[in-house]
Amino acid sequence: MSKGDTAPRRSASKAASKRVGSTPEPEYVQLLTPDGERVEHPDYSVDFSDEELRGLYRDLVTVRALDAEATALQRQGELGIWASLLGQEAAQVGSGRALRTQDMAFPTYREHGVLYCRGIDPIMPLSLFRGVDQGGWDPIAHKFNMYTIVIGAQTLHATGYAMGIKLDGKVGTDDGEAVIAYFGDGATSQGDVNEAFIWASVYNSPLVFFCQNNQYAISEPVERQMRIPLYQRASGFGFPGVRVDGNDVLACYAVTRAALDAARLGQGPTLIEAYTYRMGAHTTSDDPTRYRDTAELESWKAKDPISRVKALLEREGLADEAFFAEVAVDARAQANHLRERVLSMPDPQPASMFDHVYAESSPLVEAQRAQFQAYAASFEGGH
Amino acid sequence: MGTETLTLGKAINTGLRRAMERDDKVILMGEDIGKLGGVFRITDGLQKDFGDDRVIDTPLAEAGIVGTAIGLALRGYRPVCEIQFDGFVYPAYDQIVCQVAKMRYRSLGKVSLPMVIRIPFGGGIGAVEHHSESPEAYFAHTAGLKVVACSNPEDAHFMIQQAIAGDDPVIFFEPKRRYWEKGQVDVTAELESAYPLHKSRLVRSGSDATLVAYGPMVRTAMDAASAAAEEGRELEVIDLRSISPLDMEPIFESVRKTGRLVVVHEAPSNVGMGAEIAARVSEECFYSLEAPVLRVTGYDTPYPASRLEEEFLPDLDRVLDAVDRSFGW
Repeated sequence: MSKGDTAPRRSASKAASKRVGSTPEPEYVQLLTPDGERVEHPDYSVDFSDEELRGLYRDLVTVRALDAEATALQRQGELGIWASLLGQEAAQVGSGRALRTQDMAFPTYREHGVLYCRGIDPIMPLSLFRGVDQGGWDPIAHKFNMYTIVIGAQTLHATGYAMGIKLDGKVGTDDGEAVIAYFGDGATSQGDVNEAFIWASVYNSPLVFFCQNNQYAISEPVERQMRIPLYQRASGFGFPGVRVDGNDVLACYAVTRAALDAARLGQGPTLIEAYTYRMGAHTTSDDPTRYRDTAELESWKAKDPISRVKALLEREGLADEAFFAEVAVDARAQANHLRERVLSMPDPQPASMFDHVYAESSPLVEAQRAQFQAYAASFEGGH
Repeated sequence: MGTETLTLGKAINTGLRRAMERDDKVILMGEDIGKLGGVFRITDGLQKDFGDDRVIDTPLAEAGIVGTAIGLALRGYRPVCEIQFDGFVYPAYDQIVCQVAKMRYRSLGKVSLPMVIRIPFGGGIGAVEHHSESPEAYFAHTAGLKVVACSNPEDAHFMIQQAIAGDDPVIFFEPKRRYWEKGQVDVTAELESAYPLHKSRLVRSGSDATLVAYGPMVRTAMDAASAAAEEGRELEVIDLRSISPLDMEPIFESVRKTGRLVVVHEAPSNVGMGAEIAARVSEECFYSLEAPVLRVTGYDTPYPASRLEEEFLPDLDRVLDAVDRSFGW
């Protein structure tokens, strides 16, 4: 590559890195400011009752408390690893609450908040991260697929599932079904995600791509993934893209609900870029102080998804100190309960590793199961 | 009896048709499979009769074909993916080995993926690179997948239907150089009466040595056995049919009788199916063996330019040479 090729690239990259984490704010749909003030948007609005607003606050606080407990459990050696959602509660609760009962979600390994909104016992992902099993909730019954570790692979599964909905004739009416596929900013570099965009577009599938742009793929910043704002990419594939303030639960709800409803009515896919920030590490295995500076973190703390809802409730007189205290106590109790259950989670039966490899039995697996059991039995009473 | 003479390609076509008639959740998806009927015409006429919702022409991306098929299977469909050529399956490799193979295990059995991935495989048609490979060992190595290869029209017709009807994901290898070979197929027989999908089959009896082959090499092994018979050696030939799981008992039984085994496949020998079969036979039949298990395979090179493929591919002479070496031990 000649010098002439590299020079403009470098200057663009510098300019881009300057933008991250500093003012001005990017253009996005916002309905609630960091100070807790409601703002109008020409295309999106929410009509929540006071009780529903309090409920969203409760969700956000509970999800954060459960997540913090899981992080603590990992630090104490009770979980092998944990992928924290700290900072992304609004994106997950907002989109998760926007799902209708019949909608199907395809998560990554970080969607603990969406899992909570789907009504799944929050203990479920902890067995995965503790190493007891690989997940184990019923994806079809809960309309929430298994966590997917390989980056972006689930977007294709979501697209195929959405094609199936269309084949079943379950689009075009208010009670139609829609699918939401979760992924991060790093995943948009993957071929699978781009193939999913193409498939969803050409088959006009009832699907919402929900990208939580948390600014980092482990340590790689968004400048290493893209040169134009992510949501703009959708137009190249032939469907709309919307950027939403990912720390604003009201906006995340409104934009996701609208996109899901458009999908269920047969209007095809939407890409939502929830512009947010991962406050913690990618997982408990990395050290964000090596690749992020404190000023950036502080600037995002000022946009915290929970404090702004609290400010709204206070500003509009919808909740008092007793309510906030009660939510905090309840969240703490749920976290404590989670801890107790993790600590008492039994190890799996060793021979269970041979279960569920095939729907119809395999002579190889069954022979190895028998060998293993005979070998294990040879130790009984032997020491 | 509704026996007809069909090419292997047409036998798969009629098998797909019967599977689609039997279960309206069976859908086909792949590149060029609709109007064109596939580059080998295996899906010829199916889109015309079943519509473009059930015979889906897809964008040109293999990960997308397999990845979306997973979602369709989760939705209750039974997708049958066509990968146009063996060498094009690699872009879908992650979706197959990380997702298709493991989803049932990860869900503790709560979801199954009843899907079939059809791959025309092997050489001998004078094609350019990436069009003649034998990638079966990659898939046989992965738990959660079943891998089969048909070798004749009768099997092809029923095995494709059995693969579709089963609840496990199946990698279905079709010997492309045999697509045009003809055989008798009872197209009206019930699927339940068909020979089991995961059983190997004794296709020629003999007492002097055993040949094991699958897919395109079964015909080669049979030709070698005919030639050997003229020289006074009776070779037993076993068509493996199922590459994973392996049905080893009939092979053990045969080796106990003949004392000699030669495994024949087009794929390179290193860490291939021949190595697995040799290891299992040495574990079970050590005292019956009169000679080491020998392999006749493609070489451990990339598949060569087509003017060299006759040298690369095992043929009748290389198989007979291995039999001679076995007797010379």
